[in-house]
Parts: sequence; C-alpha cells; structure tokens
Amino acid sequence: MNNVGKTIKKNTLLIALVMIIGLFAIFTKGSILNPQNINNLISQNAYVIILAVGMLMCILTGGNVDLSIGSIVAMVGAITGVFMVNHGFNIYLAMIVSLVLGVLIGAFQGFIIAYIKVPPFIATLAGMMIWRGIALIILDGFTIAPFPDQYLNIFNSYVPDFIGNENTLNFTCLVVGIVAVIIFVVSKFRNYALEQKEQTQENSLYSTLASVAIFSIATLYVTYKLAAYRGIPLILIYLVLIIFVYHYYTTKTVPGRYLYAVGGNEKAAKLSGVDTEKVYFKAYANMGFLSGLAALVVAARFNAASPSAGTSYEMDAIASCFLGGASAYGGTGTVFGAVIGAIFMGVLNNGMSIMGIDANWQRVVKGAVLLAAVIFDVMSKRKKT
Amino acid sequence: MKDHILEMKNITKIFPGVKALDNVNFMVQRGEVHAICGENGAGKSTLMNVLSGVYPYGTYEGDIVYNNEICQFSGIKDSESKGIVIVHQELALIPTLSVSENIFLGNEQGTKHNLDWQKTTSKAKELLAVVGLDVSPHDLIQDLGMGKQQLVEIAKALSKDVKLLILDEPTSSLNEKESQELLDLILEFKKRGISSIIISHKLNEISYIADSITVIRDGKTVETLENKDHSIDENRIIKGMVGREMTDRFPERKAKIGEEIFALKDWTVHDPIQPERKAVNNVSLSVKAGEVIGIAGLVGAGRTELAMSVFGKSYGQNFSGSLIKNGQEIELKTIRDAIDHKIAYLTEDRKGYGLILSDSIRVNTTLAKMDQVSKNNVINFQKEKTVAEEYRGLMDVVSTSIEQHVGNLSGGNQQKILLGKWVFTDPDVLFLDEPTRGVDVGAKYEIYSIINGLAEQGKAVIIISSELPEILGMCDRVYVMNEGRFIGELSRAEATQESIMSLIVTDDN
Repeated sequence: MNNVGKTIKKNTLLIALVMIIGLFAIFTKGSILNPQNINNLISQNAYVIILAVGMLMCILTGGNVDLSIGSIVAMVGAITGVFMVNHGFNIYLAMIVSLVLGVLIGAFQGFIIAYIKVPPFIATLAGMMIWRGIALIILDGFTIAPFPDQYLNIFNSYVPDFIGNENTLNFTCLVVGIVAVIIFVVSKFRNYALEQKEQTQENSLYSTLASVAIFSIATLYVTYKLAAYRGIPLILIYLVLIIFVYHYYTTKTVPGRYLYAVGGNEKAAKLSGVDTEKVYFKAYANMGFLSGLAALVVAARFNAASPSAGTSYEMDAIASCFLGGASAYGGTGTVFGAVIGAIFMGVLNNGMSIMGIDANWQRVVKGAVLLAAVIFDVMSKRKKT
Repeated sequence: MKDHILEMKNITKIFPGVKALDNVNFMVQRGEVHAICGENGAGKSTLMNVLSGVYPYGTYEGDIVYNNEICQFSGIKDSESKGIVIVHQELALIPTLSVSENIFLGNEQGTKHNLDWQKTTSKAKELLAVVGLDVSPHDLIQDLGMGKQQLVEIAKALSKDVKLLILDEPTSSLNEKESQELLDLILEFKKRGISSIIISHKLNEISYIADSITVIRDGKTVETLENKDHSIDENRIIKGMVGREMTDRFPERKAKIGEEIFALKDWTVHDPIQPERKAVNNVSLSVKAGEVIGIAGLVGAGRTELAMSVFGKSYGQNFSGSLIKNGQEIELKTIRDAIDHKIAYLTEDRKGYGLILSDSIRVNTTLAKMDQVSKNNVINFQKEKTVAEEYRGLMDVVSTSIEQHVGNLSGGNQQKILLGKWVFTDPDVLFLDEPTRGVDVGAKYEIYSIINGLAEQGKAVIIISSELPEILGMCDRVYVMNEGRFIGELSRAEATQESIMSLIVTDDN
C-alpha cells in the first residue's frame, strides 16, 4: 500500500495528465483524440517543449528565469525572414545564422548575469524589451511571409512510409512505436533487476510496472493515431532527440550535476571547486540557443515572421517547469517533468479551444491550474517534515 | 521549601516514531542559572521548545508550572508575555535592518500606524547599555560581528521584560573573550533577579556559571547536580551525558613528522570591502608531513580569512607573498587549482558553505572531485556509489543509506560527511576550520580520531579552532593569531590556555 502511495505521489502530474485527457475526451466527445488533433497537439506545442527544457536549466541554478525568450523568438524569427525570404539566402545558411544569433544573444545575457552579477530577472527583463524592440524595428510592423517550401518541409513534413502504401495505416509509424516500447520496457526492467541485485530499491516493482504500463499504452496509442493520419511528424523526432539529449545532460554528466549543485547551495558548490559563473553562463547561453531553435520552429509553423511572434512564450515555459515539479528555489526538477508540464498546458489549451471556451477564460483556468499544482506540491512537501 | 520559578513535570513529547522526551522532570529555582547538558539529540532543544510554546499545549503530555500556575501556551507570544524568552542558537536577526529595529521587531514602539522612532532609539540605547554593547542603534546588523549580534539578541530578550531567559548555545560562535563577557553578563542578570537556563556544549563554561546542572540523555533526565560552589568537574558531567567516564577526550596519536610539505612566506591579503585594511598581514607558516598544527586566536583575528585566501583566493584581494608546496612556489588562482594541488579547506559553516542539504550523501561526497568518478564528463554511477559507501564507512556516518539527504542528518554526521568529502579529494594539506563546531562529545572524539588517522598517513593538518582545549589536545604546534598577524608560535609543551591568552591580551601591535 505504501508503495502504491509512493508511486502515485511520484507521478502525480502524469496521473493528472491522463485524467484531464480523459475529461476532455468526454467533453469534446472524443474530438481531442482524433488522429489529426493529436498531430496538431504535437506541432502546436513543440516550441513550448523546447523552451521549457531550456528554462529548466535556468530554474535549476536557483529558481532563476529567463524572461527574454519570447522576444528572442520574435527577433530571430524576423532575421530569419529577412535573410531567407527578402534576400533569398540558402535556407541552411540562414538557419545556421539564426541559431548562432540565438547563442550569441544567450551568451550576452549569460555574461551579464554570470560575470557582471546582474540578477537574472532584471537582465532578462531588459533583454525582453530590447529584443522585442529590435524585432519591431527590423520588421517595421509588417509580417514577412511566405517562407520557402523547402524550409517548411524541414519542420512540417512527415517521415515517409517505407513499408505500407498510402491507403492503409502508416506502418513505419507503427513499427517505430513498437520498437520504442520494446526498448523502454527492456531498459526499465534491466534497471530494476540491477537495483534488486544491489538492493538499493529506489524504484519499487509497482512504480516500474506503472511507468512501463503508462509509457507503453501512451506510446502505442499515439503512434497508432498518428499512423491513421499522416505518420510521424518530423518535429516529433526533433523533440524526442532534444528531450533525450537534455535528460542525459542533466542526469548523467558532470556539468549537469553542477547545475543541481549550484541550485542546491551555490556557496558550497563554489567552495567545492565548481566554477559557478560558468554554470550560470552556460545555462543562459543554452537558453539562447533553444530560443533560436524555437524561433525556426515557430516561423515554419506559422509560415511567417511577425513582430508579435513569441508573445508570452516565456510564461508558458516557466509555468511548464513549475507544473513539472521544478523548485522555485532551484536544485530540483527534471527534464521529463518540464516536458510533461508543457504537454499538460498544451492539452489544456487544445481541449478548451475545441470546447469553444472563450480565450480569456482559458487564461483564468490555466492560471488556476498552475496555482493549484504548486499549492499541492508545497503542501505535500510540508507533510513529510 | 525551595522557591521554584519553573517546574516541568513528567513531560513526554512524541514525534512520529520517536519518543523525544520521556517523562522529563525539570525544575529551576528563582534567581539561579540552570544549565542543561546532553549530547546532540538528547532532547534539550525539544524541552525548551515545549517550554516556550513552539510545541503548543496539547501536543505533549505533562504540566508546565510557572510562577506556581499551570501554563498552557499555544505559541511563543504566550510564553513571552509571561516573561519567558528564548534566544536561539541560530540568531534570528534580520541583517539588513538596524540594531534598534531588530531589538523591537514584533514589539514596535509607538502605535501600529505611527512608529515612534525617538522612543525606539532611546529605549534601544538603554538596553544596549545594559548588555554593555558599544554600537549605535542605527548600525545595521550585517555590519556587526557574531559576538555583538549575540548581545543584540539578548538586548532584544530584555526588551520583553524577561523573567526567565533561555540561551541555546549562546557561545558556540564566540571566541574566549566574548564568551567570558557574555557569561559575566548572565551573572549580572542573576543579580537583578533574572533566572536563566543555559544550554551549552562547552562544559568548562557550564561549570563556571551554573548553580545547578540537569543532564539529559536519550530524552530522559539522568540527574540534577548541585553546583553552588562551581566545583563540578567536567568529566563528572560527561559521565552523566554519555553514561560512562571519558578520561581521554582526545585520542592518542603517534606523531611521525616528516619533511616540510607546505609553507607561506609573508602572506598578505587585503579585505575585499575595505581595501586599505589588511585582513591577513605578513603571515609566515610552515607545516610538515604528518604534523597537526593549530591556529589559535579570537574570532575576527583573520584565521578563516587566512585559510580561505590560501584556498584558491576564495577570500580577499590584492594578494602578496608566496605559497610553497613541496619546496616549490605555486600560485592558486582558483579553488579548482587549490584542489588540484591537493589542498583542502573544510569550512566553519557546514550548512551555509559546506553541504548541499537538499542532496544525498552520495552527491555531497563526490562533489569536489567529480573527475574521480567520471570520464569525459560522464558520471560513472557505479563508481560513485562505491566511493560514497566507502567514505560513509570510513567516517562512521549513521544513516539509512547513501541516498539519504544530508539535511536530515545530525550535526555530527553532517560534519563527518563534509570531512569525508575533503578526504576524498586526496589532499596533502587540510585546513580544518572549526572541525567540531556544534558536534556532541561522542562524535567529537570520532572526528579527532579521523584527523589523527589523516596525520598518520602523512598528511599535514592545520586546525583553526576557537575551543582552546581542542587546539591543545590535538596539535603538535600552535600559531597564535591576532588582528591579521601571527604573534607567536608555541610548541606542544609550551602551549597552555594561559600562555595563548596572555599572548593575545598583551599584543598591542
């Protein structure tokens, strides 16, 4: 019983996500689970997931946020548009320029935060105004569109079906889903067996079984639905890649460990020989890189570079991290948590839109959900002590 | 019939899974200084929290009789209104507010919507005069040293018309001189009819000041000793605390002293905030392999500053002088450099600067030497677990597993983990800054044994301590530091409390 309780507690957000999907399935009479809508959910929320992963790195350093990312998305998007559409640059060259620009902006803010010691909130608040202003200046209030098809294909197309034909389910997609599940199940049980052997018992059999079951069902369900539409969207591949790279970075590498150490106790980390300035610098430089990437994704998704692009994206990313269990004081939080937080927000948006709820009310609901999640988190932590 | 200001009868307090207090009886006579002794975790602080209402009436069993009436406090406000005031071990002052604002925090002078600053200042002045503190009421707390802050806390207690003053480890961060002044102040209060309860690990102070001593062990009262003539022997108290006689508080060590391994020549460091002040002034020092040396001095003498400035310039600016390691001059620009040159510094503030309390024993143990448990920046978890287990065993840490968060451990265990973390960096030279602060008698002995073991392996150990017995009991040689300078060097035979203190007292530049 104790084990079941622990498992539920560990995966509260995941359970809440399943429940809310169930609720929306009832309210929308199943529309939310349409193949096309699931596809939309992924492409609509790709940028939030990318930004939430970057934001998590900043939050880990001590509850610090980056307010400038929405503006960076707009500015980098604008410059991409100018180069690619107005000047007809090679699209790959233009993309590289945009990503480098993102890194430079992030490095600039990171330098100011890490070495000049301006509080991140203020430094990125200034950035929020500056980059938005520059985006407006570049675009002069107009929108640049349309982007070249070749560029749109990089983000908006699908993995071609190598096996089946156009009239059946997308077999490639199904195969990928099944393979992913097999890999996940095998690695989970190997991990469990290893822990049993060492008797560390971090994960009980229950939690292993529960996570295997949830992941397998969810993956098979989603790939089945995608197969019924047009197959695996390329953007999903990019997302999975990003999530795994950052998951690996935060859990298995020394620089990742230092992120948590600085957030847990910066002074102790410093006296242990951790270059704390570098940790801050890297977190914010990386945020710039991912903002640049999000700018490319957003430009392709809307097929336009507009001066108002990215408005309040920083808030979506921050909310996703806190919803995903990151501590507002730093030192705790996971990439998977932030990603699930982002999906949660995405499902809320999507579900309420399908139900035809007024956009203003949607904001109220999202705010209330965030507040409730954090209150729940604080309360459940307080009980332990 | 004795006149008791306080009787705590059959107090039992149960936390989930633990009986923290088990039928404790505790009586304080009017006008006396009563000491409570016990190892960490014996229940001293719990008892005081019951008394002051931190654990409100109903959460414990038993009766509190204060001034011959049964009290049912539901919070600190209730007990304070009766004149029971507790000064906690960790100071509860707000660094960015002034002395007078802190003294009257929660008890502001004037009316709720119109503070009377004149009255605040003049009353603060009176209280500061009573505690003998020579600072302006407008000074900010963050600009005062620990000793002065402690006196501000006591002035704050006095402002509440205190009848029973409870002091939890009041001298733990004070030097000998400041401690003496504080103890004399308590005796002064006694003359004014204020009763005091003092909790302290420093048994010599207790023997000096207390009229009675109650010893608590494992949540039970062991005994109450009369100490009217202040003649109780420290070993007598220790016997009650640990249940056995501790004849040797410091373990034996066979000194095997080798070649000089580390030296400082004319090391001078300037204060980072006041650049003209020399925090460390022309210090020269030499330590040999296998040697344990001590740096004695008052708090504020510059000992921590000296150690931190050597440790990768983590304190100060405008450095001059030279560092010599194994006969070669070296420069340590960063803390990483210092660790790579096999120098370690164990901080005096384990919670603030030492450990990541929200992380596990495993993470804390390896943090300063991640390259030992990783390859190309990828952590080898198998190896990390092995290392954490090994050092948990070496340091005799009591915990459920290496995954336990260090914030949930006792002070002694935390200190052992911190020491283990630095031993894992495989240093040749260890600076240990207050290595046993806030650690109980049993754990102290274990830490001393570990230090001796390190010296026997040929490492050089430099102990900075405000507890003179510790310096005298552990060190082969003692440097005495005052106002940034080394003012004397004493061999083990020459070093006594008197010889060290007289060097400091007679030092006048």
